[in-house]
Amino acid sequence: MSSTDTAPVASAGGDGRAPAPRGVAGQRSLFDREILRYAGVEALKKLDPLVQVKKPVMFIVLVGTVVTFIESITHTTLFSWSITVWLFLTVLFANFAEAMAEGRGRAQADSLRRMRSETEARRLTEGSVEERVAASHLAKGDLVVCEAGDLIPSDGEIVEGVASVDESAITGESAPVIRESGGDRSAVTGGTRVLSDRIVVRITAERGHTFLDRMISLVEGANRQKTPNEIALTILLAVLTIVFIPVVVVLQPFGHYSGATVSVVILVALLVCLIPTTIGALLSAIGIAGMDRLVQRNVLAMSGRAVEAAGDVQTLLLDKTGTITLGNRMASEFFPAGGHSEHQVADAAQLASLADETPEGRSIVVLAKERFGIRERELTGPHEFVPFSATTRMSGLDVDGRQIRKGAADAVRRWVTEHGGSVPTGLDDLVESISRQGSTPLVVAEDAEILGVIELKDVVKEGIHERFAEMRAAGIRTVMITGDNPLTAAAIAQEAGVDDFLAEATPEAKLELIRAEQEGGRLVAMTGDGTNDAPALAQADVGVAMNTGTTAAKEAGNMVDLDSNPTKLIDIVEIGKQLLITRGSLTTFSIANDVAKYFAIIPALFVATYPQLKILNIMRLHSPTSAVLSAVIFNALVIVALIPLALRGVRWRPSSAQAILRRNVLIYGVGGIVAPFIFIKLIDLFLTAVHWY
Amino acid sequence: MDFFWTIVAMVVLVAIAWRFLGQYMVAVYEGRVRYLGFIERPIYRLLGTGPEHEQSWKRYAGSLIAFSGVTLLIGYLIMRIQGSLPLNPQHLGAVPPALSWNTSVSFLTNTNWQNYAGETTMSYFTQMSVMMVQQFVSAAVGIAVAVALIRGFSRKGSSTIGNFWVDTVRGCLYVLFPVAFVAGIIFVSQGAVQTLGGPTHIKDVLNGVTQVIALGPVAFMETIKQLGTDGGGFCNANGAHPFENPTGLTNLLSLVLILLVPVALTYVFGTMVGSIRQGVAVLAAMTIIFGCWLTFTAYAEHQSNPAVAAAGVTHQPGGNMEGKEVRFGDTQSALYGVVSTQTSTGSVDGANDSYNAMGGFGLLTGMMLGEVSPGGVGSGLYTILLFAIIAVFVGGLMIGRTPEYLGKKIQAREVKLAGFGILVMPITVLVITGVAVSIHAGRAGPLNAGPHGFSEILYAFTSQANNNGSAFAGLSGNTAFYNVMGGVAMLFGRFVIIVPTLALAGSLAAKNLVAASAGTFRTDNTMFVGLLIGVILIVGGLTFFPAVSLGPIVEQLTHHKFFGAAFGPVLSTFTPFGHLLSGGIL
Amino acid sequence: MLDQLRRSVILAVVFIVLLGFVYGLLGTGVAQLFFRHQADGSITANGSTLIGQNWNGYSTTTILDQQWFHGRPDADNPLMANGKAGSSGSANLGPRSAVLVREAHALVVAWEKVGVHPTADLVTTSGSGLDPDISQRDALVQIPMVSRATGIAPSRLRALVVKETQGAELGFLGTSYLDVLQLNEALAKLR
Repeated sequence: MSSTDTAPVASAGGDGRAPAPRGVAGQRSLFDREILRYAGVEALKKLDPLVQVKKPVMFIVLVGTVVTFIESITHTTLFSWSITVWLFLTVLFANFAEAMAEGRGRAQADSLRRMRSETEARRLTEGSVEERVAASHLAKGDLVVCEAGDLIPSDGEIVEGVASVDESAITGESAPVIRESGGDRSAVTGGTRVLSDRIVVRITAERGHTFLDRMISLVEGANRQKTPNEIALTILLAVLTIVFIPVVVVLQPFGHYSGATVSVVILVALLVCLIPTTIGALLSAIGIAGMDRLVQRNVLAMSGRAVEAAGDVQTLLLDKTGTITLGNRMASEFFPAGGHSEHQVADAAQLASLADETPEGRSIVVLAKERFGIRERELTGPHEFVPFSATTRMSGLDVDGRQIRKGAADAVRRWVTEHGGSVPTGLDDLVESISRQGSTPLVVAEDAEILGVIELKDVVKEGIHERFAEMRAAGIRTVMITGDNPLTAAAIAQEAGVDDFLAEATPEAKLELIRAEQEGGRLVAMTGDGTNDAPALAQADVGVAMNTGTTAAKEAGNMVDLDSNPTKLIDIVEIGKQLLITRGSLTTFSIANDVAKYFAIIPALFVATYPQLKILNIMRLHSPTSAVLSAVIFNALVIVALIPLALRGVRWRPSSAQAILRRNVLIYGVGGIVAPFIFIKLIDLFLTAVHWY
Repeated sequence: MDFFWTIVAMVVLVAIAWRFLGQYMVAVYEGRVRYLGFIERPIYRLLGTGPEHEQSWKRYAGSLIAFSGVTLLIGYLIMRIQGSLPLNPQHLGAVPPALSWNTSVSFLTNTNWQNYAGETTMSYFTQMSVMMVQQFVSAAVGIAVAVALIRGFSRKGSSTIGNFWVDTVRGCLYVLFPVAFVAGIIFVSQGAVQTLGGPTHIKDVLNGVTQVIALGPVAFMETIKQLGTDGGGFCNANGAHPFENPTGLTNLLSLVLILLVPVALTYVFGTMVGSIRQGVAVLAAMTIIFGCWLTFTAYAEHQSNPAVAAAGVTHQPGGNMEGKEVRFGDTQSALYGVVSTQTSTGSVDGANDSYNAMGGFGLLTGMMLGEVSPGGVGSGLYTILLFAIIAVFVGGLMIGRTPEYLGKKIQAREVKLAGFGILVMPITVLVITGVAVSIHAGRAGPLNAGPHGFSEILYAFTSQANNNGSAFAGLSGNTAFYNVMGGVAMLFGRFVIIVPTLALAGSLAAKNLVAASAGTFRTDNTMFVGLLIGVILIVGGLTFFPAVSLGPIVEQLTHHKFFGAAFGPVLSTFTPFGHLLSGGIL
Repeated sequence: MLDQLRRSVILAVVFIVLLGFVYGLLGTGVAQLFFRHQADGSITANGSTLIGQNWNGYSTTTILDQQWFHGRPDADNPLMANGKAGSSGSANLGPRSAVLVREAHALVVAWEKVGVHPTADLVTTSGSGLDPDISQRDALVQIPMVSRATGIAPSRLRALVVKETQGAELGFLGTSYLDVLQLNEALAKLR
């Protein structure tokens, strides 16, 4: 359990939600002009049949366009040319949607790439001689030197020295962070800048496989692979496309039998209208945009698969510190014991904490000042600070012959007994009652005498309780992970409203818990940063490594949170769900649209042979040709109209599956049936009004 | 009122069967019923297999295909040499090759499409050893596939889905044999004939007319044909023949027998997957579709027959009686027609061809939905589960989860198999109908001209690809073209769905269960029932709308109204919508 | 695979014996033992009560034998040839068939020649072509014809028709109807 104690936690928002991040992604308006221009050009480039053939639905449209084009040349009519143009536009719009989504990533990738190219490294050779090489020539295992002002050339581990590093290029967080050799804060990322001091870094990334490289290819979507659900959906769309081909093709013989001449152009138009072009056109854009939304929140997913898995997560393992409680425990009360005064406790506690730079330590100093006006003292005489260690579990100060200690109750008690002191009655009760309230008791002692107890209060984030209630409604179990003892953990768990907790968590216990959840058929998401979190991160279905964490942790997880904000986990789940919902909703919409298109085209197709079929023209469209053209125009324009939705994603609010389904079926199912009736009619009215016919 | 009470009686009887036959069938397929062990065990010994030999889906499908191939061949051979076989009092000769092929496929696939008049073409031997045997066996195979699919859902991390031989034997012995036998006795008591004697010649002393009355082992074949949703009767007139279906009571029993197993299988499904509500949800979707089609069709048949009206009888209080029997009347005949086309039965108690256009539309479109309400024995359940998988997939995405059904994740492979299984039928129907209307041999088939002729061809292939077997019998189906193409349609409609279904069973059985939570897409409530119905209607509607427009719809619209006068007001509720827009905006 | 084929052949033979012959013969045995009359076709002295027959005397243009109540026409011989029980089946004419209009019209004309305004049942073929029954209304419209040919008063015939009408089974299954053979046998006793 390292995350509770290490690392500055960036922007731990008070309401439990991650704040709007600004980082590598920055914020771009949906229709940035630069992106629009890029998308326009790219849409034309994507007309390459070799590109199109990978998208079966759009490929059929392209083939259809060619057919109507040939038909238009041989039998030129305004109608056939209009259809040809609009079919062509349909393909173009689909390309445009995809290019729009890619364009956003492309812009980010460009700025990252600029950062990479200007880096030059100072490599240490065998004899500790420095030589200057391009960053791209560094190999794994090389040692490089970085001094204040240098860009760190590649990912690595500090082997020597301490430095403050500006990681804003990657994380967007402007406050510098401390990196030092050894421990969990030794990892540095290529492309970040050293602000002070000198460090020696051992390169840990293979050439071309640095974090930056990975990030670039991720935001660019260069080797984007289809995710499992996307593949399944593509198959469904292919099925729906395949089935409509015979449906339309046999209309030729059917019509012939009935004595009707069936126009090839209308048949192509019908086919294009029936196959799910809307979702077919937007499918890849939705996927790219989903990844992009993660990047916007400063989370890098190593694969689209992980993003989808996030939507399926049923159990969230949340670190207490930083996620459920504010990052730090705060001293809130001094309790005297064994006849000492509160003032004595405060005084000793402050002295013991003077050298303690942890937030807890600072809060003790501050509380003593606030309560009793005890000022921070400059120690003039000979003194020695006793740092906290995992074995003693105490820290303190030896000054003027006084030995002052503060620490865990049992540790201090043992120390006192060893020094011949005794434990005052009532201490145990005091310690336990503090624990039971979810606070941490720190016992203060001086020279074999216990003075009292400091209460360190864990402050549960505002709004987190409601957030967990929403999660529960959405069927997601929350489990709090903490190093605290079970008593403390239970109290905080109760206050925060999590479903379960794991107290005194060890990496093994965490791994065990994940396995148990998975055994029960639940997908698990967790965050972690320490090297000892790596197995659990690897085991979890969604493992989010903090960017401040070790390389091992980052390698093991399938996402990296650049802000190192554990609360993100909840956002990640949300984005995963949004991705699937957007696909499902647009598929439903696309299929539901077919009903209206049938009512536009079928009467038009056969009304010449069977005038009685005009009763099916329930939209009262002007003429057979205007009806067909209106349907085709609608079919093309709806793609454009839905691009913003595809890029932004359908909204997801945590609520029961039932409620979400009802809402989306209503909007995209029923709406999908009704909307085209209205819009096809409007287009028809427009065409008639401008005397297209 | 008669109609109403008939439905009440039918629903009550089927509901009782749902509960008790369902429970019994669960016990049968779990191997807990053993009272015929003295027959069952020796069969396993002969086969060298048994319940302890579980099969993977591939072996299961392999056994099914091998067995089907063998019985197809045996059926064909018996028809070809029936002249030399016993039990042939009318001395009927060999059945021609194309007809033998079509007929053998037809009974193998549970279709029972009959391009022949039974009483004048097939010997008693053939009727008993081919038709009747396949009516048992094809039904048992259908149930076996459904049970295998259910096992796919209920098992976890399993590589096997049961044993084909055991499932088939158990279905025949414990489910079909006893029920058909008991029902057969009731049918005989009501007047259905059952004899091995030849035709009777009888002279009426009142008017001096001599009648030849064909007889045969009819009654017991009648009950298995209904129970197995096979539909192929002994006589040409099928369930309209007084010797097959003599009274109102046998008519009701026919309906109940048809619905028995398909409906009870939803109970089996619910029980075996551990939640009866899941079975009820599927049954609810079936029932709602069934109810809509019944209302529509019965209403249509209660209208006058336009041709009869044109001939001078305008007052037709009894509804459309052309091709219907007086003892059943218009609406109860329509009920029979709907029951038989919403299952894969295809038996008739009147002439489907003579239904009013919208009545015929009801029968035709009932089959076009894939026969899932409640569908054939086994096939109804496994087909609706394929639709359910698609519904779950789309619905599951809409709530933001990798879709899962009964704890099984629905992924690329499942979507592929389910989608494939669903699109086989429409594509088969449309392509073969397209061929038929394009070539001379196909165009020569229909008896009626114009749109009705088109409907006859469309109906024929819809019926065969759905393994239904009912017909717009005006089509002259006994030609080389229709025999061969029909055989192809039936084989596709049966086995090209069964194989992916078994693959699906294998794929599901191997999966682990995903735990259910509030975030899980629920498949046991109204919302899902609605979604499932929606998917069935949308798939059926989108694939067949153009085709039916050219058949029954055009036919009906010839008089510019649906249902005579009645559908007019319904449709006019749509038209103001058009006025509204054109008037309001311009 | 060979194994599967061997099993297939064995099981096919077992099933033919068990489900074809044991089932069929056992059924026939039970039927003949307990319901011999029904199992053999419900034959009475004058025909089968379940099979319609020709009361007309095989005319294709008019009603020759007017002293009997008539059933519904047969599919193969539209004018009253009901009763060719060798092969059953309907005419299968669609609801807008010109043939159906023509044939039904011929029947209407034939009936009207003998003073009967026919009901729809009397000019349409049944599903089996062997329908043994008519509705009460079908019988009532024939009374003027039968009365004229037999000299029995219409009121007595009406009473006969009402008496011979069988209600629907259990009061709701099927419709109420008259068996034409039984009606004519009762009519014969009246004469």
